[in-house]
Amino acid sequence: MPKLTINGSDISVEKGTTVLQACELVGAEVPRFCYHERLSIAGNCRMCLVELEKSPKPIASCAMEVADGMVVHTDTPLVKNAREGVMEFLLINHPLDCPICDQGGECDLQDQSITYGAGLGRFTEKKRAVDDKDIGPLIKTIMTRCIHCTRCIRFATEVAGVEEFGATGRGEHMEIGTYVEAAVTSELSGNMIDLCPVGALTSKPYAFNARPWELRKCESIDVHDAVGANIRIDARGADVMRVLPRRNDDVNEEWITDKTRFSYDGLSMQRLDTPYVRRGGVLKKASWEEAFGVVASRIKNMPGDRIGAVIGDLVDAESMVALKDLFHSLASPHIDCRQDGSKVGKGVRAGYLFNTTIAGIEHADACLLVGTNPRMEAPLINSRLRKRYLMGGFPIGVVGASEDLTYDVEWLGDGPDALASIVDGAHPFFEVLQRATNPMLIVGPGALAREDGEAVLGTTAKIAELTGMVREDWVGFNVLHSAAGRVAGLELGLLPGPGGQDVNGILNCAAEGRINIVYLLGADEIPMERLGSAFVVYQGHHGDSGANRADVIFPGAAYTEKEGTYINTEGRVQRTRKVLFPPGLGREDWTIIRALSDTLGHKLPYNNVGQLRDRMCAIAPQLSVLGSVDPAKWGEVGFSGPMRREPFAETVKDYFLTNAICRASITMADCSALKGSREAMAAK
Amino acid sequence: MQFFRQSLRSLLLTELVAGMIVTLRQLFKPAVTINYPYEKGPLGPRFRGEHALRRYPNGEERCIACKLCEAICPAQAILIEAEPRSDGSRRATRYDIDMTKCIYCGLCEEACPVDAIVEGPNFEFAAETREELFYNKEKLLANGDRWEHQISANLKTDAPYR
Repeated sequence: MPKLTINGSDISVEKGTTVLQACELVGAEVPRFCYHERLSIAGNCRMCLVELEKSPKPIASCAMEVADGMVVHTDTPLVKNAREGVMEFLLINHPLDCPICDQGGECDLQDQSITYGAGLGRFTEKKRAVDDKDIGPLIKTIMTRCIHCTRCIRFATEVAGVEEFGATGRGEHMEIGTYVEAAVTSELSGNMIDLCPVGALTSKPYAFNARPWELRKCESIDVHDAVGANIRIDARGADVMRVLPRRNDDVNEEWITDKTRFSYDGLSMQRLDTPYVRRGGVLKKASWEEAFGVVASRIKNMPGDRIGAVIGDLVDAESMVALKDLFHSLASPHIDCRQDGSKVGKGVRAGYLFNTTIAGIEHADACLLVGTNPRMEAPLINSRLRKRYLMGGFPIGVVGASEDLTYDVEWLGDGPDALASIVDGAHPFFEVLQRATNPMLIVGPGALAREDGEAVLGTTAKIAELTGMVREDWVGFNVLHSAAGRVAGLELGLLPGPGGQDVNGILNCAAEGRINIVYLLGADEIPMERLGSAFVVYQGHHGDSGANRADVIFPGAAYTEKEGTYINTEGRVQRTRKVLFPPGLGREDWTIIRALSDTLGHKLPYNNVGQLRDRMCAIAPQLSVLGSVDPAKWGEVGFSGPMRREPFAETVKDYFLTNAICRASITMADCSALKGSREAMAAK
Repeated sequence: MQFFRQSLRSLLLTELVAGMIVTLRQLFKPAVTINYPYEKGPLGPRFRGEHALRRYPNGEERCIACKLCEAICPAQAILIEAEPRSDGSRRATRYDIDMTKCIYCGLCEEACPVDAIVEGPNFEFAAETREELFYNKEKLLANGDRWEHQISANLKTDAPYR
């Protein structure tokens, strides 16, 4: 390990560390614009100059690897002078429009020019101006402000995997852009806004809306997919103004998807803010007492097996516990948290978790994707796969629809036939998996949300066992969920009880009149027309398809308005925070179920969220520890049976419109329309 | 002796006469008070009176909704909301000053990068209700239009000392 001296203090660091990283380790702050620890090193902003003894001139610390015996100074007049020179050059062409710049107040250039900027400019020649580029409805560009750090280019090429950004021209004529003016096609494009150290790339929906200093910042969890990205919600007054990522190396590193970042405007539209009761075919506003009264009069004297419940994708664990207990007291076995009809949840925990963990992907050395499109279902997991792919030696096989996943894959087939040939050992990819030290496979909703889902799950589990994916120190079998509330529902056992029906069964029974009351807890993505003449109670936060079909509506709270426990696809327990209050008469979801239980005469035994969480942890003890993953034991997963022949379907029809919040969002509608028109163009 | 002098002074009313002389002299001097509603005292160019939002000579409003005045206001009397205007420029959709909160410190003026918000020379804006003192953007812009002549003259006078 090389030893070096930085500002008089000795430190030994690992080989390959850069001088800048070593400086950070001893606490010497080095200003930078182009360097970013998750991107490759460019070394073009020159802001990180430090003095290296025996070197004739200051060195760019981000691009210099440490060597034994280096003596580095970061606080000498030479360093200050050099950085002031660099800053003056950067400011030559940077406009002085901080007052109208959205980056103002959180701008790296602004902050660093306080230390290294001169009070007056000496540049009297003409400043340059650059045309703004139109790169879609999410990112606003003001290219005159660009200082050419190339972070956005490196992000697009390395992390997002879309080689759409580049620089044209040199020196003063250098411009960042998309060559042919076109919108960026990545699901992670919003992260470029965070990466941009100046105000060249800013958020379009947030443009001019707020200043960073007037926002209330709240650390929370994302619920738009099952990754559970750590986010920070910035709110002002009664509105969410923006959503930013929070660093968590185990989950999302420091990226979030565009859906997470930009769908927040859906939180203030199409909201259910008062209970509704259908009278004469029309939904009429009602009070809570009336709504509860109507539901109670229906449920009372109704045998339990004529009542069913379907739980949606965005539901928190607390309300699921409450609903489970309520249905238990009503003696109804018909309850299901898998509204997409996935055949997971029976058997051991390892059979429905992402056992490798997201960070664990980086230790894998071969991967099989079964019926999943991680780019649409969990873009952050896809970016981890890409990160691992870029490290090299990571063959990836795909069984299912062949899509552009931003990395090279070997397409093995589109359905169970290919899977069967792998499990037989006939397919050459079986050997690839077997040879690998840490092979992994990911099975997604496309393979599980079908009649023979359990058989497919059993087959993949068999592949896992045969190829050495299941060991003491490594479990390479992974189920990728696409709904934030799914794993919590499975952990808490919101599955059909003895003699109970699953989602399909509930819908069939409702159509046939064997189930008369259906309770939809935030379930919007089921075919409502199949509910027949059943009396439908919808509890949720958005006026979407569920509310449209409902006979009684209970207005709930969105994920920004409640402290809800969510479990991501790995089994990581995380909790959202309450940033705002639900609009109007809306209430936190578990309190609604608790109040309804009182009206029904089956009062649930918890009066506050603490008691409810005690009950929750009694059902599933692994929910008591926040932030960590409780490794699951391997056991019997799925069952081996005949698989049908039809190929695995693509489950995400439109990435930008997957849940009620997104469907209410104007930004997401714009993105979806753009994507649709692009696909139509490509088809032509 | 003392007694004799005191008696004489009170007998001849000398003190009264001395006082009346002062009064008489004052009668022929120019008055220092002013007849307020009809006459007004001089104001310095830095006088901090009623707020106004200024416009550029071409009629375009100066305010760019940077919210620096809102941030610096020690009394938190200013509230701004902004939005991109149809031409893409940054403009305030709402600019409220609660004049009952304002302490007339002039920091908003100092913070403004475009000389949009100013405290003008008007100090006669007393009102009968609180509500009249909650100024919105229209009111402030109207103030600016009304006082622009004097405000710009004041700024010009003060400019060399900044």
